Amino acid sequence: MRSERCMQSALAAAAWISAAAAVLIFLFMAVLGWPLLGNGDLMQVLCGPWSPMHHQYGIRPMILGTLCIASLALALAVPVSLGCAVFIQVTAPKGLGRALHHLVRLMTGIPTVVYGFVGIFLLVPLVRNLSGHGAGLSILSAGLMLSLLIAPTMILFFVQGLAAVPQSHRQAACALGATPVQQLIYVLLPQARRTLLAGVVLGLGRAMGDTLIALMLAGNSVATPQSILDPTRTLTAHIALIIAADFESPEFRTLFICALILYLMTTLAVAVMRRLAAKPVEIP
Amino acid sequence: MRVAGQRAITAWSWISSLLLTGSVVTVVGFVLIKSLPVLHWRLIFGRTPPLEALWRWAPVTGGLWPAIGGTFFLVITAVGLALPFGLGAGIYLADCADGRLKRGLTLLFDVLAGVPSIVVGLFGFSLTIFLHRYLSARIYPSLLISALALAFLVLPYLIRGTQEALENLPNALRLIAPALGATRMQNIFRVLVPKALDGIAGGVLLSIGRCAEDTAVIMLTGAVASAGLPKSLLGSFEALPFYIYYISSQYRDPQELQQGYGAALILLLVCAVLLATSLILKNLLARRVRGW
Repeated sequence: MRSERCMQSALAAAAWISAAAAVLIFLFMAVLGWPLLGNGDLMQVLCGPWSPMHHQYGIRPMILGTLCIASLALALAVPVSLGCAVFIQVTAPKGLGRALHHLVRLMTGIPTVVYGFVGIFLLVPLVRNLSGHGAGLSILSAGLMLSLLIAPTMILFFVQGLAAVPQSHRQAACALGATPVQQLIYVLLPQARRTLLAGVVLGLGRAMGDTLIALMLAGNSVATPQSILDPTRTLTAHIALIIAADFESPEFRTLFICALILYLMTTLAVAVMRRLAAKPVEIP
Repeated sequence: MRVAGQRAITAWSWISSLLLTGSVVTVVGFVLIKSLPVLHWRLIFGRTPPLEALWRWAPVTGGLWPAIGGTFFLVITAVGLALPFGLGAGIYLADCADGRLKRGLTLLFDVLAGVPSIVVGLFGFSLTIFLHRYLSARIYPSLLISALALAFLVLPYLIRGTQEALENLPNALRLIAPALGATRMQNIFRVLVPKALDGIAGGVLLSIGRCAEDTAVIMLTGAVASAGLPKSLLGSFEALPFYIYYISSQYRDPQELQQGYGAALILLLVCAVLLATSLILKNLLARRVRGW
């Protein structure tokens, strides 16, 4: 019986150590960013401009950049993703729907760096030529590519949400003479509303957390963008770009504030998503 | 609802699907077409004869071999580090924990799964500096640090994969062995885990794919543009995704750029095969369970 208890403790230890990992990352960032958080400079960091020459280390341009790119990607990806989910669940001829479902599953495996690479050599020249403005490294390029990255995650979530509506409800509508599209509008969408919303939140979390696409396609300028054809820098790209040798410099400290913001945003997204999705849904 | 509205919705779903399919085909097709001219042994082994490189570990210059090898060792180390914890935690969640405890732990694992990889990378980077200062001056950004940070990144995937595989087993199966007098651990390790093995393997393959494709973590924790095959755990290393990122901004001639396309194609294929196998394994389990 002793080995029995040993095994169980080992399993519990594995679980607790893994859970501690999530907390550990947060604590590390919080402790290292503390000097900036503690002495009241926080507002200056959050709202100021970034210009190391003048000893200004504000990250407002990066916060704006992240919000711009993530919301553009979301605005592009949500309608298409919902359309694809409807296609898979309702309007597709049987074989085609399954084929698209498989394709979407495989799409989740495409590395982000490949999206970035294709973006640089295919999308950026296209945006540059069509807009005739700047280098093509812009919010638009990054947003377009990013929408392709987050679409499969959302589609899989939407499909699960639509499929989770009890078959009997659909059959009842069918018996009343509703066509498949009418069933979708009056039964499926209203009932799956919360899961659909949860999927959008999940997509937003993914969009904010991605590094490579923004880093490679958004141009990384620290100026505040004026239009979607302007370059910008996201919080993630900001972290990736600075390799400061001096661990104590305020420049380096701001990275931990960026990381904390990202951590809190994605945690918030997870919390909202879990609240919205009533039944536990498999997060793709 | 009017017929016109219904038609519009149908049309919108078709257009969305075509748009998505078109975009994916464009992305994959672009990589494929651009890398066709370099699809040759030379892409991987450069001027070194392949057999020399494979059997005698002859140094390869001008090929992707060091990057492929680096990614290989990185993935083995990272998944090796994460596996015991991931499997243990997954089994614990599926068969030992319940109620509040289970909800709390799943919440933490979901949070961990949501942490952007660049944050994990920054964590690894600051951990290196911390260890360098307080533990040993020999610690620099290296293969081991990258693998450790990646292990944090894939932990939630391993846990979720294991937990799902076990929870998908039919309830009757869960009761048979205890009814015959088996203890809880005997039940888990002699009956449940062996039965869910293909599902668990699916989760492991999925996390291998995540490790192989991630760039943000390794670019902060020790990946470099040229290092040769990794010589030790504490040295810097090359990796396929980092190579692709590096080439995209630093290529010197069209030939190097073409090698970048070749690397993108290889990474794409590796990830696709891993993911497809993982899905097939999970499907296998689901189908067997339905058969019982």
